Amino acid sequence: MACISSKGEMTESARKMLTALEAPSTAEEVASRASLPLFRVRAGLREMLAAELVELKDDLYGLTASGRSALLR
Amino acid sequence: MSSQDVSSTLNASHTTQPTPATLPRLGMAAPLFEAVTTHGRIRLEDFRGSWVVLFSHPADFTPVCTTEFIAFAGIASELRTRGVELLGLSIDSPTSHIAWALNIKQKFGIEIPFPIIADSNKEVATLYGMVSPGESKTETSRCVFVIDPQGTVRAMIYYPLTTGRNTEEILRLIDALQTTDKHGVATPANWKPGDKAIVPPPSTLEEAEGRLQSGLECTDWYFCKRTV
Repeated sequence: MACISSKGEMTESARKMLTALEAPSTAEEVASRASLPLFRVRAGLREMLAAELVELKDDLYGLTASGRSALLR
Repeated sequence: MSSQDVSSTLNASHTTQPTPATLPRLGMAAPLFEAVTTHGRIRLEDFRGSWVVLFSHPADFTPVCTTEFIAFAGIASELRTRGVELLGLSIDSPTSHIAWALNIKQKFGIEIPFPIIADSNKEVATLYGMVSPGESKTETSRCVFVIDPQGTVRAMIYYPLTTGRNTEEILRLIDALQTTDKHGVATPANWKPGDKAIVPPPSTLEEAEGRLQSGLECTDWYFCKRTV
């Protein structure tokens, strides 16, 4: 996974995306706040949805409890 | 034998040659895929809303491909200002791509900023017809597919294994396509940004007769240019 390293740690780009998700946001807003290409954010958010670090409600991505605690690590 | 069996047998006898896959054509939807890349698992739909230059190279750690990657890296930021993302591909493993990208950085001081598809099973290469068996059955040719923000194939370029591509031409092609979309014009031979563009020929006699009085720069009724 591009968001989780082979050591099981969050990658820098994943951390940027999660940090950009303090409030529920679209992928475009995350890309703008994290200064990452939109394609990368879409792919990363998909991975983090599968890992239950983020959730999708009404087309807005938000942090799950796991996502919040992952950011604190 | 049932009629269905007879029909199947007849069909089978007509398909001794493998059915050619439908390859991308200009103006058609680009075939969708999901692939492992140096930036993780990516889907073509992830690029929706951006232009994409999907390009293949024969193999990692080969000299012409290395010069091409350096050249593509050199236009990456200019492409991004035009809303274009680069996406490379070859029939190599992710590890090989990573090692090659690191080698280019170490030996040439150039970072490869775009993802490279590790198409080990030739899935995407087959979908896009990137393998030319007359040249090589195991490597992709030097193909370029320009895909617009709606996911439509807008241009295709095929170069042989021996000949490195001209990335300035790819920039020019993007400028030309975007100018066409923005202004409803065509672009003449060797056009570059700032040059006059071709006004599409009139489709009716009335329009043709009016064209010469239209204020456009016309050589004849069918050959008019304008500044864009």
